[in-house]
Amino acid sequence: MHPIDTLLARHRFRAIELLPWLIAVAVYFVFGDYLPLGSQILIMILFALSLDLVLGYAGIVTLGHSAFFGVGAYAAGIYAAHVSGEPLSGLVLAACAAAVVGWLSGLVVLRTTGLTLLMLTLAVTALLAEAANKAGFITGGADGLQGMDIRPIFGLFRFDLFGRTAYLYCLAVLFLAWLFARRLVHSSFGRSLIGIRENTARMHAIGSPVRRRLLTIYTISAALAGVAGALLAQTTQFVGLTVLGFQRSGEIVIMLVFGGIGRLYGAFVGAGIYMIAQDQLAKLEPAFWYFWIGLLLVLLVMFARGGVLGLIDRILRR
Amino acid sequence: MEALISILFHGLAYAMILYIVSVGLSVTMGLMGFVNLAHGVFAMAGGYVTVRLMNAYAVPFGLALLVAFVAVALLSVVLERTLYARLYGAGELEQVLFTIGLIFMSVAIVRYLWGPSPQPVHLPAVLSGQIDLGIRSFPTYRTFLIVVGLLLIALLWLGVERTNFGAQLRAAVDNRRMAESIGIDTRRLFSLAFALGSGLAALGGGLGADILAIYPGYATEYLVYFLMVVAIGGLGSLRGPFVAALLLGFGDTACKYLVPELGAFFVFAAMIGLLLWRPAGLFGRA
Repeated sequence: MHPIDTLLARHRFRAIELLPWLIAVAVYFVFGDYLPLGSQILIMILFALSLDLVLGYAGIVTLGHSAFFGVGAYAAGIYAAHVSGEPLSGLVLAACAAAVVGWLSGLVVLRTTGLTLLMLTLAVTALLAEAANKAGFITGGADGLQGMDIRPIFGLFRFDLFGRTAYLYCLAVLFLAWLFARRLVHSSFGRSLIGIRENTARMHAIGSPVRRRLLTIYTISAALAGVAGALLAQTTQFVGLTVLGFQRSGEIVIMLVFGGIGRLYGAFVGAGIYMIAQDQLAKLEPAFWYFWIGLLLVLLVMFARGGVLGLIDRILRR
Repeated sequence: MEALISILFHGLAYAMILYIVSVGLSVTMGLMGFVNLAHGVFAMAGGYVTVRLMNAYAVPFGLALLVAFVAVALLSVVLERTLYARLYGAGELEQVLFTIGLIFMSVAIVRYLWGPSPQPVHLPAVLSGQIDLGIRSFPTYRTFLIVVGLLLIALLWLGVERTNFGAQLRAAVDNRRMAESIGIDTRRLFSLAFALGSGLAALGGGLGADILAIYPGYATEYLVYFLMVVAIGGLGSLRGPFVAALLLGFGDTACKYLVPELGAFFVFAAMIGLLLWRPAGLFGRA
């Protein structure tokens, strides 16, 4: 096959891409008791997927992605607690709120690079966390936001105690987001992002509007992260200050890197393995969990930079 | 007037701690371009060594600080030679991930050893209470911090501006290749600067134990402050971070004093605005 054919065929669906969805549907029927955990995993996959767009494709190293997750969670939570329990409008609202925050902060953050950019992403998150903490009258402050009553989806599907509706709801939203993200990264826009990641100066030189492209993807990614946050708020009916924490930003980067960045499926592999391992291991000794994660990260950087999917690639190529 | 003096005084003491902790990071970033998010870990380690030595073994404050400085400087140089050095040429993401890994590990270790709550700080009797400075009386501990901070800064600046080591360091920050080609061993230089910076961070952690509480969240909670000092000051300079630390110290203290209901919100907003105006920092070279 000519090299150009592989490039041209990249956007076509391959059979293996069905695998995550088959697993997700199978989980629904086989592991009925674990559906709440399943929903959490789907939410983190969506969050990691949104991060992959900026970190993996556009090469923006951010440590403040939880800002958008948090804004989405609070927007959906406050909407549900004070305005209406209708879930889909809550999702849309959360996406818009996170997109606005993403766009505004992107205007500032993306002017810089390196350490300053990192610090700014941290500062934006710290600023929002402080705002959420101090505005206790609307966000619940340190006690968290409660009192949401989520109405049935389309007025038909009620959220049940076993988390069945919540699981399918998250799955459906994730599927749509994945279709969108997949389309995006295979578009000429997505290709230009990779160009910017690989060589910003050259992209400037060939006349690509680098800053506008980065701002666009940052805003889109923020909206998706906001949807993930909104799903968490709606399915757990609780929003705490930790949604805006450094820990969450750090963890989502770790999940993505563990799966493999810039390949769309790293989010699925990384978030899946991380969440299941955490559920199993953190019960034993939560303090140790972070030690092992830290150690894993150091080893990953030293020996396996492509993550799990990168390792699989290397083995298959032999 | 009374409030203004209070804010200036407390802000100055706070700025000293911020500067002593962060200045090493500025040099590391300026010299090797290494994004060392784990710098706060060294400050935390210094704080734990100091406080534990005082609490468990009744070691005097000054000696405990000295031990913290030496121990952390040695530890850091071992880490630098064995792990950091492998990532000098690597991308920013790898450096960030590696240092986050270090943060997570160190947080788990101190949590396992000494629990999740902040360490109680028992200052020596000389440093507790108030001291009368003529105009009015001030808390002795913070006065001590300001004096020690100014002394350390004077030492540091003399060292960098007047000694041979300092001249080599400045040369390497300005133009590493040129410095290497006239025979300066930048690797050795960097190890030394790294050890010194980490040692200073440890000293800052120990000195400031009563202002920035020593607990497992130290390395993450204050990280954004340390990074702000460096980013706003500009990389690789000594003066820039000092001005940035003063701005941050005064600003943060004033906000918490005057508008406690908004907390640190204004400070973050102001710092973001400042970087919008000068993305390379106040004294940074674009």
